[in-house]
Amino acid sequence: MLSQSPPAPVPAPATNPVPPGLIALFAAFAKISLSGFGGVLVFARRAIVDEHRWMTAEEFNETYALCHFLPGPNVVNLSVVFGSRFRGVAGSVAAFAGLVGPPMALVTLLAALYAHFGEVDALRRSLAGVSCAAAGLLLSAVFRMMVPLLKKREILLLLVMAAVFIAIGWLRLPLPRVLLLAAPISIAISSAARRDAA
Amino acid sequence: MSSEPDPLFGLISTFALLSLFAVGGANAAVPEMHRIAVEVHHWMTEKQFADAFAISQLSPGPNVLIVTLIGYAVAGVAGAVGATVAMCVPTAVLAYFVSRRLARSSASRWPAVIRTALVPLSIGLMAASSLVVAEAADKTWLAALVTVTVAIIAAATRLNPLWLLLVGGALGFAGVI
Repeated sequence: MLSQSPPAPVPAPATNPVPPGLIALFAAFAKISLSGFGGVLVFARRAIVDEHRWMTAEEFNETYALCHFLPGPNVVNLSVVFGSRFRGVAGSVAAFAGLVGPPMALVTLLAALYAHFGEVDALRRSLAGVSCAAAGLLLSAVFRMMVPLLKKREILLLLVMAAVFIAIGWLRLPLPRVLLLAAPISIAISSAARRDAA
Repeated sequence: MSSEPDPLFGLISTFALLSLFAVGGANAAVPEMHRIAVEVHHWMTEKQFADAFAISQLSPGPNVLIVTLIGYAVAGVAGAVGATVAMCVPTAVLAYFVSRRLARSSASRWPAVIRTALVPLSIGLMAASSLVVAEAADKTWLAALVTVTVAIIAAATRLNPLWLLLVGGALGFAGVI
């Protein structure tokens, strides 16, 4: 700390001027991924924004918003977009390999153990308990996402949501068919609502 | 492995397509994974699917790793790697080109209308995921009670979800559920 620095609450965090190399990208995403018990996003934000200062918080939020609204695993998309920003295609591959490679190796090992010991009664019971809790976690995520929609009283969008739930959850219809029908309807409703508001 | 022709090819083509329809992330695609793996191809039993979801949630790393477990059940290590890569690469390529395009154009924000439109779709899919996993996991009233209790605790507190999973596992081990 320099003595003449003003007593501002928190200095604006400037980003690191040195862009990460391929090995640094791989290592950072491997670490993010392997510490990501119960959600990788928190660790990604901490490493990219706070620890390495490769992005500001706003840049991170914008990048994540884009990745969240593209299909597919969100954090995987994030690693690819992030890597490409600094090192092009090679950077994407390095970040992606770091994010997915090490935990995939671990889970493959767990899958092999499960194939051998999956019928052991104590393990069967324990995993049954874990999956009960995992279902509860999904349910809480749904609840948290639904609150803003309920507050805004977007009746038509709530109907779309309910229709997708019934088609996929109860009727067990194929996902591509349901989305190809529901997405245009939802886009039409959203753009009509936007025009009304304007 | 199975009597179907080349399960590895079926696995890779299935997840490569699913990658592009996973609106809201890997967990939103769980019902489709269940439909394909349990109902259509009989790659796994209902119990094995619930266990795969449990193991993927217990493991560190992105949610997409349930695909690794399904892949392993179908075609061993090659299946595990093939399915995981297939589930990631198509959407990763899409993300790469979309972000490049947005970075170059002046409109650096994803169009707001599409953003609003995708929200109810991904919530509906996640709700369906909850139902599918709960149906596979909750075989008794007590188990369903645990699911609901975990949902309430997770929604009301900021507890790390890993603890709730471990408590569920401990209850299962103790033979309570």
